[in-house]
Amino acid sequence: MISVFKVKKDFPIFNDQPGFVYLDSTATALKPQSVIDSLVDYYSHYSANIFRGVYDISEKATAQYEDTRLVVKDFISASSVKEIIFTRNATESINLFVNGIKDTLKTTDEIVITIAEHHSNFVPWQQLAKKKGLKFTVMTNDKLQMTNQFQITNVKKYVTNKTKILAITHVSNVLGTVNPIKDIIQEAKKINPAIIILVDGAQAVPHTKIDVVDLDCDAYVFSSHKMLGPTGVGVLYVKEKLLETLSPYQYGGDMIRNVSIEETLFADLPHRFEAGTPHIAGVIALKHAIRYLEKIGLESIHHHGVELAQLCYDTLKEQFGEKIALIGPEKRESGIVAFTLSGIHAHDIAHLLNEDGIAVRAGHHCAMPLHTKLGIGASVRASFYIYNGKDDVEKLIKSLQKVLRLFSI
Amino acid sequence: MTSIYQEKILQHASNPHNFGRLPSATNKILLDNPLCGDVIQLEVEVEGKIVKRAMFTGKGCAISKATASLLTDAVQGIAISELRKWDKASIIKMLGIELGPNRLKCALLPLEAMHKAIQAKY
Repeated sequence: MISVFKVKKDFPIFNDQPGFVYLDSTATALKPQSVIDSLVDYYSHYSANIFRGVYDISEKATAQYEDTRLVVKDFISASSVKEIIFTRNATESINLFVNGIKDTLKTTDEIVITIAEHHSNFVPWQQLAKKKGLKFTVMTNDKLQMTNQFQITNVKKYVTNKTKILAITHVSNVLGTVNPIKDIIQEAKKINPAIIILVDGAQAVPHTKIDVVDLDCDAYVFSSHKMLGPTGVGVLYVKEKLLETLSPYQYGGDMIRNVSIEETLFADLPHRFEAGTPHIAGVIALKHAIRYLEKIGLESIHHHGVELAQLCYDTLKEQFGEKIALIGPEKRESGIVAFTLSGIHAHDIAHLLNEDGIAVRAGHHCAMPLHTKLGIGASVRASFYIYNGKDDVEKLIKSLQKVLRLFSI
Repeated sequence: MTSIYQEKILQHASNPHNFGRLPSATNKILLDNPLCGDVIQLEVEVEGKIVKRAMFTGKGCAISKATASLLTDAVQGIAISELRKWDKASIIKMLGIELGPNRLKCALLPLEAMHKAIQAKY
């Protein structure tokens, strides 16, 4: 059981605004004091560049930066620190991967993604397919409202022995469903053992214990800022053997071993993929975010989010009946609940909730193809995390009742 | 904080004036903002370089609907040359509320549609 009362004390934003109801952690999570302190500590006490400084504070910064790599490696149960690349965010992780793999694709190769992908795992693949003239298939599922969105049956339908890439989200940021990723990967590899599978874990990592070896994915991406860490830091995990074959994403400092006028020898893994000075303070602070999550326990975090989302879903259904259209299956699998209210635009709802100190998201949540498939415009999304309690659900419901009264529906 | 959802806004949003098609229209435009799913179809009847009537259909949030309602009322009898000068400030004055940068986009869609509709031919 998570003590929300205790957790809230660790997040300074609640000192500032004690009654604040933050229901937008799916967009970005709030930050605990330990993460903020870590950023301030770096800039105050050892703000040196990493790798080549031979003085104390550079040694310290380098050690702290690389220690985070080890912490991340253990956090997702990767085999080696060589497989962990720091980027700016999950989007950049995907773009880095797409860029690295593009030269290895043949014109007969096919790319498969799903209709529920965030634009960050949709557009890079779509554009690559267009540029190289590859077949681009979007996996859909007519039962999006009823069940786990994608299952083995869908994989069998869409993945062929020509499918070279399968890019799929772990948790949908709109439906709130959790894909049975391990089964999907197993099935896809049965169809084509040479398939390369990238999993977008941006919504999964903040709530779930990930074991990339057990999943057997080839690449896995996530963002620090959705898991209590700072913005500007993302992670790309790639199996070492595959990573060795990818082309570098950017060229410059920190990613080279030797440079002459004629040619350049690139650095070893993983530094070959980290050109230029990275977000040193941010990477170090990510370690503190992971420590915080582990202290609470990912299993508790998952259960807490699902419990609140289920309470929210059930209460919304009970209170608003036919006036509300809830998106995704009845049984909640993550901390996400998205909905539309008949006759009221999502932006009006979000604006009015804000007047009551409640932050939700309104729009298509960077998943336009999914909204089009579901036949809806913009939706409202409430997402729950460790600093939310049942009182937040009550406040949301009360405020929504006010919205309905205002629009006299 | 004063709510932007004032009586006037809510009334215009729920019962917008000039909502529907205008068969006598001389100028037409369809404009959308895919990011929030707003769409406006604006039809304008211009006679002797003066707006005789404007009507609209489409979907959008309360702010964009109220703006379209108020704007289509306000343009009646206005010269095209004058209407071209209407800007953000004119809309804010019309609505009588303060809007942040994100919601201002909702209010400016009908004005953009109006400007585009009268661009042709004049």
